[in-house]
Amino acid sequence: MVQFRLPKDSQVLKGIQHPAIIQKKGLRQIDIYRYDPDQDSNPRLDRYQVDPETLGPMVLDVLLGIKDQIDSTLTLRRSCREGVCGSCAMNINGQNTLACTEPLAQHSGSIKIYPLPHLPVIKDLVTDLSQIYRQYASIEPWLKPKGIPDDGLEQRQMHDDRRQLEGLVECILCACCSTSCPSYWWNGDQYLGPLVLLQAERWLKDTRDGATQERLKALDDTFKLYRCHTIMNCTNTCPKGLNPAKAIAHIKSAMVTIDKDPR
Amino acid sequence: MTRPPPLSPHLQIYRLPLTAVLSISHRLTGVMLVLGLILISVVLMLAVGWPQGFTAFQKALQSAPGQSLLWLFIYALFFHLCHGVRHLLWDSLFGFEAHRQVHIGIFQIGISIFLTLMTFFLGQPELTP
Repeated sequence: MVQFRLPKDSQVLKGIQHPAIIQKKGLRQIDIYRYDPDQDSNPRLDRYQVDPETLGPMVLDVLLGIKDQIDSTLTLRRSCREGVCGSCAMNINGQNTLACTEPLAQHSGSIKIYPLPHLPVIKDLVTDLSQIYRQYASIEPWLKPKGIPDDGLEQRQMHDDRRQLEGLVECILCACCSTSCPSYWWNGDQYLGPLVLLQAERWLKDTRDGATQERLKALDDTFKLYRCHTIMNCTNTCPKGLNPAKAIAHIKSAMVTIDKDPR
Repeated sequence: MTRPPPLSPHLQIYRLPLTAVLSISHRLTGVMLVLGLILISVVLMLAVGWPQGFTAFQKALQSAPGQSLLWLFIYALFFHLCHGVRHLLWDSLFGFEAHRQVHIGIFQIGISIFLTLMTFFLGQPELTP
């Protein structure tokens, strides 16, 4: 349902201004969304001053610097620090991306960091992604083999077959795309969203998969697939440079190949 | 007492890219066109059945607010047309390259302005430079 404004309990209040550990020129101002489930109060926006010269080049380095030196209660997910795990996906200055691959130098002035948009917040920058994971499971993201080939050997994938999966298998399920999509904000309970649809396309395109027709039929739904209105936020925001909007267009176009049940 | 988890900010903080602005404008111009169509139907009915009313309407449209409304409608028409063509291209699997989205967006706005200017000059031959 379209709800432009945040619920009363979710509105972001002015937060604490944390003093800088040293006073010098060139400090950067970082505003970070904070929410503590153990306190009965609204989320707030805390302000930190950091010295970028003492920290690594990425936004994640700054966040970990703050956690290390200024405020150990700051909570975020991170793991690989090189853009392959997808844990540190967050909204940095109005766009979803991975904190670990986002250089601080890309931004001038103060930086505002929020959790991924339109999700329940567990704590600070940690959001609850269970709806997206449930929807991911619903497309049955595993190989359903065609059966044993005529020669009795294994299912084979030729180089050209593999090439069709490029731009799909690189997805790390960070959810930057789905949480950037206004359509997913308003209809996320029914619309599958760009992340899950790009994954669906990954299994549709797999030449070893024998369930293409069933997969297409399962997606042929006003809400699951057709809430995509080509707003393109997904493609514009993907930190891996993938193109979920294009993948969805390919699914829509493949829909015409469905064997309709005889009436 | 446990609070429900808060909803993270969305529209309040997201920096919408040009494609998203064009997308919502497509909806808004669509609504404007439907409202304009009602006005056009009124004009046609006046033209058929009530010449005095038609003359009065003509006067109203020639006034400054009337002219603004008219050209807003005409621009909405061309904007909607251009983005509609882009949707047709998207549905034919063209124009998805991420790095070209801004260029295509500026191009389509340019075309819609060009078509509006063409209408302005061709509709009033004495103004054609």
